[in-house]
Amino acid sequence: MIVRILGEGQLEVPESAVDELNQLDTALESAVERSDEASFRPALAALLARIREVGSPTEAGDLRPSELIIPRPDATMDEVRRLLTDEGLIPG
Amino acid sequence: MGVMKRVTMVFRAKANKALDRMEDPRETLDYSYQTQLELLQKVRRGVADVATSRKRVELQINQLQQSSDKLDRQARDSLAAGREDLAREALTRKAGIQTQLDDLQTQYASLQSEEEKLTQASQRLQAKVDAFRTRKETIKATYTAAEAQTRINEAFTGISEEMGDVGMAIQRAEDKTAQMKARAGAIDELMASGALDDMVSGPHDDIQAELDRMGAGHGVDRELEQMKAELAASAPRQIEGAQPGNSDGASAQPASASSAADPTQAGEPE
Repeated sequence: MIVRILGEGQLEVPESAVDELNQLDTALESAVERSDEASFRPALAALLARIREVGSPTEAGDLRPSELIIPRPDATMDEVRRLLTDEGLIPG
Repeated sequence: MGVMKRVTMVFRAKANKALDRMEDPRETLDYSYQTQLELLQKVRRGVADVATSRKRVELQINQLQQSSDKLDRQARDSLAAGREDLAREALTRKAGIQTQLDDLQTQYASLQSEEEKLTQASQRLQAKVDAFRTRKETIKATYTAAEAQTRINEAFTGISEEMGDVGMAIQRAEDKTAQMKARAGAIDELMASGALDDMVSGPHDDIQAELDRMGAGHGVDRELEQMKAELAASAPRQIEGAQPGNSDGASAQPASASSAADPTQAGEPE
């Protein structure tokens, strides 16, 4: 499965890691929904760390779309919220 | 559903909308390729813009560093001359400049990292655009319009995602560059107005002026002392020389010794 870290590129992640990533992602989502800044940052960091741990970069010319896209590591909660709700954040 | 899935859906929706607009996908491939090349140009310009901004900040850092060093020297000179008040003033100004310097250094690091990320984004996009061009030619040569549609979907969605990502990176870099330009402009203005300049250089540098004045003052004092000493040394000799009948041997003697030895001479007005 391909996962994209925004601003960094795509990684190939084994299917076996999906459940764990989903759990970490749920924690991130709930932090965003509760506007809980204190748990947002560590939740995003934990998810990213795990993706980097299990993933390996795809070939540069790989045109396959990603199954999961994660905000950039330094994204603010506000940016993440806009990514979820507002297509305007993606230009073009 | 999770943040990642939702973000992905937003990206997909965007790609699908573009795909829906295509009639004969083979023709649209060329149009899409053009758009990709334009974005590639844009991201390269973005890299150049960030680099320009970074260099400007670097220049300002160097200028402020020089000012800070100069104030440091002035503080030492002032202290050496026993002027703690001047030294304090110089160090206060240096602290003000240091605040600006710290701020600029933070910005510099941030621009440097942005430049790096954008360069990498440009390389990633380049690789995908190249791959897309190859795929596009194959599709155009090999497949009918109907067949091409399914072949294109994946490549198009993939590159559209990359373009969305790169587009966001460019926007972010533009925002940062704009912020930085505003700040750098403010510092340039401050320098141009002389407010910063007055502190550290030029004819309005009051600390330096004071140090110079003190330096000049010391010089005058020294010269005065020297002159007084010279006068004091030669005065008795002139008096002796004015005395009629004074022998050559007496004038060769040290002036102070001869004047001390002769009480009649010491009583005479100078």
